[in-house]
Amino acid sequence: MQVNDNKDFQPLIVAFCCNWCSYAGADLSGTNRLNYPTNVKIIRVPCSCRVNPMFILRAFQRGADGVILCGCHPGDCHYTSGNYFTRRRMTLLFSMLDFLGIERDRTRVEWVSAAEGAKFAATMNEFTEAVKKLGPNRRLEDLRCRKQ
Amino acid sequence: MQEAMINKAKQLLADGTVDRVIGWKRGEFAYDITPAVFETAEELEKEFVFDDFTAANVSKYLVKESKKEGRILAFLKPCDTYSFNQLTKEHRVVRENVYIVGIPGGPKLDAEKIKAKGITGILGVKNENYTLKIDTVYGEETMPFYEAILDKCATCKSKKHVVYDELIGDEGEVLDSNRFDMVEKLENMTAQERYDFWRGELSKCIRCNACRNVCPACTCEKCVFDNPNSGVENKAPADSFEENMFHIIRAFHVAGRCTDCGECSRVCPQHIPLHLLNRKFIKDINSLYGEYQAGEDTTSRAPLNDYKQDDCEASVVHERGVE
Repeated sequence: MQVNDNKDFQPLIVAFCCNWCSYAGADLSGTNRLNYPTNVKIIRVPCSCRVNPMFILRAFQRGADGVILCGCHPGDCHYTSGNYFTRRRMTLLFSMLDFLGIERDRTRVEWVSAAEGAKFAATMNEFTEAVKKLGPNRRLEDLRCRKQ
Repeated sequence: MQEAMINKAKQLLADGTVDRVIGWKRGEFAYDITPAVFETAEELEKEFVFDDFTAANVSKYLVKESKKEGRILAFLKPCDTYSFNQLTKEHRVVRENVYIVGIPGGPKLDAEKIKAKGITGILGVKNENYTLKIDTVYGEETMPFYEAILDKCATCKSKKHVVYDELIGDEGEVLDSNRFDMVEKLENMTAQERYDFWRGELSKCIRCNACRNVCPACTCEKCVFDNPNSGVENKAPADSFEENMFHIIRAFHVAGRCTDCGECSRVCPQHIPLHLLNRKFIKDINSLYGEYQAGEDTTSRAPLNDYKQDDCEASVVHERGVE
């Protein structure tokens, strides 16, 4: 594994959060005055199952260094079963990214409920650190989208 | 075999069982055999071809052909019947409008492998005791038969017809193939090696879309890659990202529905081993969600349209194999 020695590197993290659990969880961590890195940019989706594999690839294309997908805990989906499908899809997609040699720690799925503000903050801190260690995304970036 | 098939087709046309026949005819060269529709006995007599180069899977053509008026006769090899079954399951073909005659499968030949031996000007081939006698404009050449077969035939998964109305020849068996060997080999490499391997392969892609167009599982009328507003529409890849993205998404869209017929790699003009991406998904599905062979039946649920409450978490990917 390549370790990044650039101490100033600030990764861009895209977090897809489901409207019913994880987005509310992020809100709770805010109202609880918990800190999580400003590197994390949240995109709200109606359900984790709304996230198409293309969304994740496009995030990397547009300069994300890590993508995390947060949804309701299995069994708690607002739409009954959405996150079960997400789980299968993302497992296969991440496995494929790994197969193509893309660093596996750049992607993650985490279940965060609306009551887990602390878990949300902790997850984001931990994930940002992990991506920081990996360094900038080079294997799945689009040079045309690079910031000058 | 060709004779028996022409006779069968003529008989079925004559007694009114079918109105049209989908088979193959010769292209410009002896080795580019291409699917074709025949309507009369004369056409069949004149142009119908079935030989060692006849590898094209005609199942996908039936999506359109089966919706036309009248019945069509289709000659399907074992691997093609899996594709046909999968299309029936997805309601993409009208089963009643197709009369299927099962024919024995390969191994079929890869003209590129013959050419790689420096043999050019191929006029025809004959298989004599597994020695390939190649008739060329420069005289006769020989090579071992098994060195010239298609990659997809070298790892054949089944000789069994899963759907047919009639069979020419005998019923085959599901084979114990070693089709996941190459996927496993790649899985055991480091991430850097895998990345380098795929960069070497995928950077050859010219985005001709042949893999998408030939795939019997890829039958959407509106493809995501045809949408000009998507930003990923058909054009030559300008950046390595586009090459990766196209092939990840192409394979992902057929995950759980790919029958592993191997047509994608066969038609690739750049010889990219695209079937490895599909096989990776098949292998993962088999190991994580239970053995599943798409096209084997028409009733089971596809793995990605299904779930279990105790499925593994996505983090399973982070925990296994080499990094």
